[in-house]
Amino acid sequence: MDKRGYLRRFLKNKPAAAGGGFILFIGLIILLTPLIAPYSYEEQCLEDQYQGPSPHHWMGTDSKGRDLITRVMYGGRISLAVGLAGTAVSLLIGVTYGSVAGFLGGKIDNTMMRIVDTLYGLPFMFLVILLMTVVGRSIYVLFIALGAVQWLTMARIVRGQIIMLKEREFVEAARALGASKPRIIIHHLIPNILGPVVVYATLTVPAVMLEEAFLSFLGLGVQPPASSWGSLAADGMTVISPVKTYWWLVVFPGATLATTLFSLNFLGDGLRDALEPHSNY
Amino acid sequence: MAGGQSLAAYILRRLGWLVVVLLIIATASFFLMRFAPGGPFDKERNLPEAIEKNLRAKYHLDKPLWKQYFIYMGGLFQGDLGPSFKYRNRTVNEIIAESFPVSAMLGLYALSLAIIVGVATGTLAALKKHTAFDFAAMSVAMLGISLPNFFLGLILLLIFCFKLPLLPAGGWGGPDHLVLPVLSLAAPFTAYIARLTRVSMLEVLSQPYIRTARAKGLTEFRVVTRHALKNAITPVVSYLGPAAAAVLTGSVVVEKIFAIPGLGSHFVNAALNRDYTLVMGTVLLYSLLLVLFNLMVDIIYFFTDPRVRL
Repeated sequence: MDKRGYLRRFLKNKPAAAGGGFILFIGLIILLTPLIAPYSYEEQCLEDQYQGPSPHHWMGTDSKGRDLITRVMYGGRISLAVGLAGTAVSLLIGVTYGSVAGFLGGKIDNTMMRIVDTLYGLPFMFLVILLMTVVGRSIYVLFIALGAVQWLTMARIVRGQIIMLKEREFVEAARALGASKPRIIIHHLIPNILGPVVVYATLTVPAVMLEEAFLSFLGLGVQPPASSWGSLAADGMTVISPVKTYWWLVVFPGATLATTLFSLNFLGDGLRDALEPHSNY
Repeated sequence: MAGGQSLAAYILRRLGWLVVVLLIIATASFFLMRFAPGGPFDKERNLPEAIEKNLRAKYHLDKPLWKQYFIYMGGLFQGDLGPSFKYRNRTVNEIIAESFPVSAMLGLYALSLAIIVGVATGTLAALKKHTAFDFAAMSVAMLGISLPNFFLGLILLLIFCFKLPLLPAGGWGGPDHLVLPVLSLAAPFTAYIARLTRVSMLEVLSQPYIRTARAKGLTEFRVVTRHALKNAITPVVSYLGPAAAAVLTGSVVVEKIFAIPGLGSHFVNAALNRDYTLVMGTVLLYSLLLVLFNLMVDIIYFFTDPRVRL
């Protein structure tokens, strides 16, 4: 391999590795939050309100004198939990839907995919806003609603993979041995498409987190006393104005969220390039 | 999908689907909103009984649910979205007519900016692949995809309105009101379009017909603009549908940050205040726009790519 090849590999893999490292770091901090957070989540200190970043409060304090870095650490637990749970929901729906459509084929497949095409064209986030307004702003509704937005692409990818695999000999063999359709799908097909599913799931996590932040920013997502990176930034926005720029209340939660999403996207991209050089989703 | 279908028949069938989809959304959201806890007049606790009764009568809330549904749907078929629950004496049509042009202008500017900058950057990155420019452009693009709209908007607000008071922090009217909102709205999908263009441009540039064009002695500029771009742009065209959806959702946040009197900010307030008719009207309008936009994209697709069969 010539020099440019090495350079190319270097450029391709370094960001993904750095992204993965940062995610591990964030994950560790979030796991250990109750042990390492400098203050407790609700601890208020009214004399200390709106303090800028300092050795006592690395990210400053908010309107009630609460330590921001502590709140960002706890907020990260919610943001990531929503990202993971939403992705799990989208996996459940997308993999089931896609593998059923792909495996059954024919008219059923056609109709199922036509439905997916139609859903693609709808303003899903607005329907989620509508849903959050109506069913109350519970975090479980949030998990399901955000997962329900994200399953369409997963279903398409899974269907494509299943169609490619289902005529292969090992499926034929399973069928000859008398395996039922669900058994073939669950035991023989799905284990063989885990690569693309994992890659796309990695890219779904930041998408869901972004949507959660969007909703929380509008006041329709995570509700107090719980907070996420999105809702912390939204709280920050309500108190900044030209005369009193408490910039840290916006910058730190937002930057933490952005760096995490950035790393997750790089990680997902790197995984895709490594596992499936020829994919184009 | 059958090959010999005419374009007109295809468009008609898609429009038929559109009506069905809108009916389903209207019905589902109507019943969802009515079964929600809390009504539109909850916040006005001191209403005398007679007034509340009149209000309920005015909005048909005293009638059985199925009758309310048919009254609403009847109006919908005549293009009447009903009276707003929160803005007394105003109809949803009036509110939309006033605020939608603002959002549409914002969205169109953002979309145009994203397409122009995105395609140009992606093309340049592909031409200079694996150089520092390519790497830098693609890193910025990844950053653009990862930065939430609201974060970018707030950062721009902090820098250009508060620290260096160059631009107005909010409001609507002059061209200087447009700069920051359009930038923060356009950033994520400028980034996405740049990435899409780069990948497809790389693929197209390796095709034999590009070699032929170069062998004919055409300038690189002509090869790229006349021969490569036409094919490389196909994935960008098909991304325009989702991009339009992203513009609509993004503008909700951007309008909130920059205090722009558009439909997006009305929508969020309506959702928080349970202004049933305004929420439904907005969702229906957005759905209609998106489905029409997607249809338009598919028609463009049909003309630009002869391989596409409807």
